[in-house]
Amino acid sequence: MATNTKSTDAAIGLEGGAPIAVTRRARLAEFWYYFRQNRGAVIGLAVFVVIVAIAVLAPVIAPHSPSMQNRGAFLLPPVWEDGGRWEFVLGTDAVGRDILSRLIYGARFSLFIGVVVVSLAVTVGIFVGLLAGYFRGAVDTVVMRMMDIILAFPSLLLALVLVAILGPGLVNAMIAIALVQQPHYVRLTRAAVMAEKGRDYVTAARVAGAGNLRLMFKTILPNCTAPLIVQAALSFSTAILDAAALGFLGMGAQPPTPEWGTMLAEAREFILRAWWVVTFPGIAILVTVLAINLMGDGLRDALDPKLKRS
Amino acid sequence: MFRFLFSRLALLIPTFIGVSIVAFSFIRLLPGDPIMLLAGERGMTEERYQQLQSTMGFDRPLVVQYFNYLLDLLQGDFGTSIVTKRPVLQEFFTLFPATLELSFCAIVLAVVIGVPVGMLAAVRRGSWLDQTIMGSALVGYSMPIFWWGLLLIILFSGVLGWTPVSGRISLLYYFPPVTGFMLIDSLLSGQDGAFKSAASHLILPTVVLATIPLAVIARQTRSAMLEVLGEDYVRTARAKGLPPRRVIGLHALRNALIPVITTIGLQVGVLLAGAILTETIFSWPGIGKWMVDSVFKRDYAVVQGGLLLIAGIIMIVNLIVDVLYGLVNPRIRH
Repeated sequence: MATNTKSTDAAIGLEGGAPIAVTRRARLAEFWYYFRQNRGAVIGLAVFVVIVAIAVLAPVIAPHSPSMQNRGAFLLPPVWEDGGRWEFVLGTDAVGRDILSRLIYGARFSLFIGVVVVSLAVTVGIFVGLLAGYFRGAVDTVVMRMMDIILAFPSLLLALVLVAILGPGLVNAMIAIALVQQPHYVRLTRAAVMAEKGRDYVTAARVAGAGNLRLMFKTILPNCTAPLIVQAALSFSTAILDAAALGFLGMGAQPPTPEWGTMLAEAREFILRAWWVVTFPGIAILVTVLAINLMGDGLRDALDPKLKRS
Repeated sequence: MFRFLFSRLALLIPTFIGVSIVAFSFIRLLPGDPIMLLAGERGMTEERYQQLQSTMGFDRPLVVQYFNYLLDLLQGDFGTSIVTKRPVLQEFFTLFPATLELSFCAIVLAVVIGVPVGMLAAVRRGSWLDQTIMGSALVGYSMPIFWWGLLLIILFSGVLGWTPVSGRISLLYYFPPVTGFMLIDSLLSGQDGAFKSAASHLILPTVVLATIPLAVIARQTRSAMLEVLGEDYVRTARAKGLPPRRVIGLHALRNALIPVITTIGLQVGVLLAGAILTETIFSWPGIGKWMVDSVFKRDYAVVQGGLLLIAGIIMIVNLIVDVLYGLVNPRIRH
């Protein structure tokens, strides 16, 4: 694999600035070539970029403040229904807040949740997985048994109980979700490290005098990233779903935060009276998660050499 | 085979001990004093506090407390609910059939639709049918099921009025539980319309709970099938002149199903996590709703016991799947 040689060179100190830049660009081009083959992935990427833009520009594009309650505009239907007003395109909720504006601000929360959860889970997971896969022996046994224990619980139940311990709220929900997700990274990293550790380029680096830390992080880790990137994309969407589920159960973000799951929880009692307060937050969750999963599939196709050939 | 079974069982022991430590620590990690939680807002005298502390064993060293806890567990004592004062194990067994019935129907639905649909997608790879199936599977996989449930309620209960909104059976019917499974009990009761009522209550929750496993199984079947269809023995079977139906249905499917079995087994955790949401939406009186309610009522004895019991179920099912996998795939055993 081209990636191996590159990393060996880096480890032994043979690198020159220019060739690495070239290989990096070539690899990126190759990645984009395969990613582009998957039409769904490109659509997913486009939708995701739009959602990111919406989240970043929320204060500019939202027609109202997400928390402003408009008297005399309770449970207004969307504009195309009888009684809808252009002022509130997607209607208003039970206390007269503009649903569209709340959804726009909600995008910020969902993306923030995804980024924080994945970063936490990836960092801890990779570190622990590296330790287990590199040192094996007792460290490995202890780590893997601990991961088995976490995986023995349904993730949402464990997250729910953790939030019960830590106290309901968005930050605690994110910590809980990151904790239940990190065993997947530990397992993936460990498996990849174990596969790479016996290869010649690692031995070469060791013979050249590289220490454990350098071997772990600079020699082996860069060659284990492909499955981790795919997993990160998939767990980004799971994080959004789980956080919304916790919000829906009343254990995630607390009202009046315009988090999509929390919005659904508040809307529950109106389901048979005002379909729009329930429908739109769910569509927002579904579209975001779907876009990320489409991207994840594309990433897998582009990064997994086994599937590339088929 | 026995050695294989034994080694898997042996692996389970440390995990179970770990899980019990998690459940044991849970009550002790909670902010606040578990005994003061018991007292609620009334508070209690210092004397009573000391007395409770020694009867509940909180004054002893943690290690001793843990071993006592483990001993109680081995004798089937999973604690007593703070709210209902009933043993947790008893409550669990009263509610578990409802979850089992729902999960069973959901997984059957997911397999019955997911496997053929995944096969179809693989056989017609690249066609519009394949794209439609895989597109729908990805939507199902991305579905926030708590929202999906609410949508179905709006459509089928609100607009069309076809299905009831919540519960397991209409209040018009009452019969003592025999098996705990409403479909069977309603038939046994012999009351007119009882079975129909039970079935109509079950439809929406089943669809909601089956959504994600269905999507996962369809995707997994497709990719397993694609892999197998490229194998030499499939080519040989085709070259022999066997009809495609036989090649796909017999030669390919059998081997493609091996990874699918594992996937189905792994769905048990997904089902129990999904049951938490599904049961909450449909007020389905199972263990998922029980756990959520207990978290809200701060009935931590139930949460503790329930955690352990649910983890136990998942571990046992995973063991069964492992063993089944070893049975159908001898390579794994060694």
